Amino acid sequence: MRTVFKTSYDADINLFRHGAQRGWYILLLVVMLVLPLGVSSFAIGEMTNLLIWSIACMGLMILVGQTGQASLGHAAFLAIGCYANVLLQERLGLPFILSFPLAGLIAGIAGALIARPMTKLHGIYLAIGTLAIAILVDDFIVIAAPLTNGVIGLFAPDIDIFGLSFNRYANPERLYYLILGITLLVVLAYRNLQRSPLGRSFAAIRDSEISAQAMGVNVARTKAVAFGISAGITGLAGALMGHFAGIFNNETFNIIISIQLLLAIVIGGLGTIHGAFFGAAVVALLPQAISMTRDLLNQVLGGGSIAIPGLESAIFGAILIAFILFEPSGIYGRWFKIRTYFELFPFYRRDMFRRQKSYLKTERMR
Amino acid sequence: MSALLEIDNVTLRFGGVVAVNQVSFNVEEGEVFALVGPNGAGKSTLFNLISRIYDPAEGDIRFDGESILGKAPHDIARLGIARTFQNIELFEQATVMQNLLVGRHRHRKSNMWTELAFTPFVRAEERRHREAIEKVIDFLDLQAYRDKYIAGLPYGVRKVVEMGRALAIEPRLLLLDEPASGLSVEETQDVAFWVEDIKKQMGITVLMVEHDMHLVSAVSDRVLALADGQMLSIGKPHEVQNDPRVIEAYIGVSDEKQEVPA
Amino acid sequence: MDVLQLIVSGLANGCVYGLVAMGFVLIYKATEAVNFAQGDFMMLGAFICLGLTNPQFMGLPFWISVPIAIAAMGAFGYALDLVVLRRMFGQSQVAVIILTIALGFVLRFAAGLIWGHEPISLQTPMAGQYVRFGGLVLGLNELIIILVTVALTVILYFYFNRTKLGVAMQASSQNQLAAYYMGIPVKRIHSLIWALAGMVAAVAGILFASKGSIDPSIGLLGIKAFAAAVIGGFGSLPGALLGGLIVGLLEPFASRYIAAGYSQIMPYLLLFLILVFRPHGILAQVHQKKV
Repeated sequence: MRTVFKTSYDADINLFRHGAQRGWYILLLVVMLVLPLGVSSFAIGEMTNLLIWSIACMGLMILVGQTGQASLGHAAFLAIGCYANVLLQERLGLPFILSFPLAGLIAGIAGALIARPMTKLHGIYLAIGTLAIAILVDDFIVIAAPLTNGVIGLFAPDIDIFGLSFNRYANPERLYYLILGITLLVVLAYRNLQRSPLGRSFAAIRDSEISAQAMGVNVARTKAVAFGISAGITGLAGALMGHFAGIFNNETFNIIISIQLLLAIVIGGLGTIHGAFFGAAVVALLPQAISMTRDLLNQVLGGGSIAIPGLESAIFGAILIAFILFEPSGIYGRWFKIRTYFELFPFYRRDMFRRQKSYLKTERMR
Repeated sequence: MSALLEIDNVTLRFGGVVAVNQVSFNVEEGEVFALVGPNGAGKSTLFNLISRIYDPAEGDIRFDGESILGKAPHDIARLGIARTFQNIELFEQATVMQNLLVGRHRHRKSNMWTELAFTPFVRAEERRHREAIEKVIDFLDLQAYRDKYIAGLPYGVRKVVEMGRALAIEPRLLLLDEPASGLSVEETQDVAFWVEDIKKQMGITVLMVEHDMHLVSAVSDRVLALADGQMLSIGKPHEVQNDPRVIEAYIGVSDEKQEVPA
Repeated sequence: MDVLQLIVSGLANGCVYGLVAMGFVLIYKATEAVNFAQGDFMMLGAFICLGLTNPQFMGLPFWISVPIAIAAMGAFGYALDLVVLRRMFGQSQVAVIILTIALGFVLRFAAGLIWGHEPISLQTPMAGQYVRFGGLVLGLNELIIILVTVALTVILYFYFNRTKLGVAMQASSQNQLAAYYMGIPVKRIHSLIWALAGMVAAVAGILFASKGSIDPSIGLLGIKAFAAAVIGGFGSLPGALLGGLIVGLLEPFASRYIAAGYSQIMPYLLLFLILVFRPHGILAQVHQKKV
């Protein structure tokens, strides 16, 4: 809640709102950079996984948080990015440095093309339409077995950039730094989008299509562009997931992944980059947290280690339900409130962020 | 020389109901033209026809001599026609500044790739847009609300922001849908001054729908009275107010409890 | 003859889809919410009945456990609305979708804990019995599924269009505030409709279980049923059944006449085409927003 005295238009345009904010982010970056020096290679792997999920979450966030379009089908674009990247390397012999951006481009174009006929759909119709796409892509991978090797799946080769090899097990730090760099580029692109006309037209569509149109925004085209950028970034994450997992098939990107991705950004907090990272942290680290808790319980209680199927998604679901009921603005929203509390201490009022209760009018009238 | 906006014999039906029936009028460049009439007279429907939200069953709408019926709804702003909405359609989760900047969309010269990279050109464009917005902010006295979110603003301010967003388009024709509805007497006076200035200083033609007859007679050059989609009377404000058919439409046969035009 | 059998089994499958789809539509019609956990409601209903009937659990007679299971699911639906969904009052449609998806995860887990993840068959009196029409041999369970579904659809249709409570339910969805002003107890109606959806899901689950073995993941069938509801036209009960039947028939014929892999694809391909060319389903109900 710091008041910034703006002395030029650049104060609005710059990446950071004030010097202190920039300082904090530089500190965060330094921590991220020195992190691999102090932790085990297992932990580095987990951090890498978290970063990949963050890219995927940012991809979906652009669509859901920024443009207000729901998608239950983003696993499709993870899959397209992943298969495109590996097939370009294996079949055409392209190096990673070309196949990776091309994979993002292919996923993006696919996203825009698929979205184009669906731009008139809203709410549930869009949700089910995108869900159908995830299922269709899943099935298509099975049918197109000559290309994709069907349910048996494909191996992803090690990432190789000008003779430098990146492998999760052989040199985890190197892979971590590569993916950290890619993540930073995506964050920068996301920020650029937010502060430019295209990002504003996304927000305009989210809040009122009818007046976005009256301002000269081509709603159908802009939605398709949003889908395209979102699918492109998600495709990049998919390509990295393929390399990280080493082997993948149609099941790697099933609809549950789509749903998890959407749930993650809701838990994280819709509409913010922070939210994408918080959500990714929950998805990426939850399985480890659960298994660690279980091991701990087993040690204390002395029971054998029994795997309970579905526990992970059940806990995930329970966390989500709690968030939607008690903190709909997600982890970021909660963090923001806590921060404001300390910044304004002792002047914070309880109902400072209270939302106005509204009555739902029919969404059939669109 | 033809008029800026020509409504030529336009008819629109919803099912069996005739919402607008063979309406014709011209709005000349540089005038303030008001549409009045009881609720359901077809005033807002006419706005939606000009915005291309509806397609007329018959007739033609021409802007600057060219028919707009072949245009997509989002092309209308690019032609230089801006509008406000009866029930305020602002971007709630954005600040006043961002709302006004969306109005500048028509003047966007960068594309997706340069914006993702945020090239120096995009930065220069952003500065230029903000300079233009600053003029609107000064004009409408919105400095205090510059970085406030719409969701927290009072109704009266929102009305002004919406007008500002339409002005940010830098239109030739401004459509104001009930600019003074729900406003206090003072706020309504502000609207009257602004409409005067929009016409005189900015040279923008104004077409407005308004119930407040004080405001209408204070600012408009010509008035068209509608009832049940039919044209009743067109002319100078006092002529229309004293037209027996208009008086009848307000207090005569219809049961609507409308204020008698003063 | 072969084709006829294909049709009957397709119809029986379609009826189950249709019933689950009707659950979606019931809730949507009355509350504007979309219950993505409807498939898991069906799963839960089936398992409650199974838990009551099968000898390894409680071993009650089938005809006693059926009404108990239906009543239990009704109570579950009512309680769920009371405890969870009522807090969501006035929140966006997508928030409710996400909430119910998460709920589905939790329900699947709970069912797995109680009844295990191995497929189990519900022991019904109809199992393994056949009806012969000339040379045509049809499963008794398939005929019963079709009959029960048709009867239930007719009852629900008349309930919504002819009774006071049904009309009140429709009114409360179109404008909650106005419905309040008209003296309609909107919140209680919402709870009742969730109870009703739970009961319909239980019927669907029991019918589904009578055809073969079940496990906690059958709730994912809800996605296909949701597709069916959209194909038929969200917001229309007969449309839901129609959509269910179309999907049910499409599957066996696609795998018979195209290739086995295509039975999965066809429903979603049809859904996609419907969304593109007739976005609000075959029996549509959508209007433009006024400005």
